[in-house]
Amino acid sequence: MKPDNKTISPPLWILLELTHKCPLECTYCYNQLDFANTKDSMTKDDWFRVMEEARAMGAVQLGISGGEPLLNKDLLEIVKKANELKFYTNLITSGVGADISIVPKLKEAGLKTVQLGIQSSDEHTTTLITNNQNAFKDKMAFAKACKENGLQLIINTCITRQNIHQIGDIIEMAERLGANYLEIANIQYYGWALENINALLPTREQLAEAKAITNHYRENRKDMKVFFVVPDYFATRPKACMNGWGSTFLTINPSGVALPCNTANTLPLNFPNVKEYSVEAIWNDSEAFNYFRGDSWMKEPCRTCNEKEKDFGGCRCQAYALTKDMHEADPVCDKSGFHHVVTSKVEESITSDKQPLYRNKINSMNIIANRLARSCK
Amino acid sequence: MQREKFLVVNSHFQLQYEEKQSCYVLLYPEGMVQLSFSAGEIMSLCDGKNSCDSIITALVEKFSNQAIESDVIEFLDEAMSRNWIIYHEAR
Repeated sequence: MKPDNKTISPPLWILLELTHKCPLECTYCYNQLDFANTKDSMTKDDWFRVMEEARAMGAVQLGISGGEPLLNKDLLEIVKKANELKFYTNLITSGVGADISIVPKLKEAGLKTVQLGIQSSDEHTTTLITNNQNAFKDKMAFAKACKENGLQLIINTCITRQNIHQIGDIIEMAERLGANYLEIANIQYYGWALENINALLPTREQLAEAKAITNHYRENRKDMKVFFVVPDYFATRPKACMNGWGSTFLTINPSGVALPCNTANTLPLNFPNVKEYSVEAIWNDSEAFNYFRGDSWMKEPCRTCNEKEKDFGGCRCQAYALTKDMHEADPVCDKSGFHHVVTSKVEESITSDKQPLYRNKINSMNIIANRLARSCK
Repeated sequence: MQREKFLVVNSHFQLQYEEKQSCYVLLYPEGMVQLSFSAGEIMSLCDGKNSCDSIITALVEKFSNQAIESDVIEFLDEAMSRNWIIYHEAR
């Protein structure tokens, strides 16, 4: 199946999810609830071939992520290969899971940028969010080592109700650590985050205050560039997810499944595996990658909407998660007939006292077992 | 712009010619700038062995055009303000 009205341009951004194992158990993780089912079955040579094929198509940006990529024993060789192929290499890491001596080796292998996830400016809150008592001090040591070894440091902070009051402290800490950029990302609600939404979603007032603090910093200081990502639950139009399905971005998961975005295999589509097909065949010819290209798949209100070229109907995963139909408009849009699902989640979370579920293997296996039990009834 | 100082691409960026895009691109975290033909010619000479003056000399010779001097200086000023290039000795 080919899209009717859109030429296919090559992927520019490739994300390798080397493993879904992670020493942290963050409650806001976007990984799928059933990640315990994902097997790490890609060999080093499989990753090399994927990188070569994607590079030959014209891809230039490489993200190395997970789970926690530091847990993959082939990480240094993968970075080295990526650098030889002339990718711009980004390591997206928690900073936990490997000896700190790996940092100079990563630099030597040609790594350009570290995106380090930091949850809080204090140890207590970090432990609360990650369920790992060593996380805070390991992260501080990792950040310091990155700067000492001349690596560009981007600090990514995911914002939830647990840390939104700390934004000012987090900005100051990022500056002290010498971060080149700080990304303050209000989380998007997928996977574990959606499961835990009632415990995580901040209020509109908290969000406004966080934004004001960020703007105050931006106006008064320019040492570090600060990005602020607004949570789409408080918006009335959806994000242009992935810059359009199959337009720019390609993720390969630890089993070799190729996805147009990190969470796309929550959708009822058959995603191809790089162990069976070339990256080029997957990108250009697979049914799954062509499924949401163009606009012939759209229903109302998207089909006749004059903003459809701008946001492509929003996020397919969010549409499916909240409406059970992946062809619906992203319900974040207030033109969607399901917009009330989003607004009622916002309302509900305000009064909820739900405790978040940690993202770990046991909880994942319990969720899988419960699903099976339900489907057998 | 200190015209006699050697210039080099900031090591946090990555400059390369991309066949698929038929131009030089400058890569940075999660992003890319496609450089115009003249910008690519100038940036590719920022290799730590050239200064503003020597880049002008090289390009005047290559394109047999005396009139490019102010354009080169303007571009290098802009590139420096965006942190794309730095003085080599400053590293």
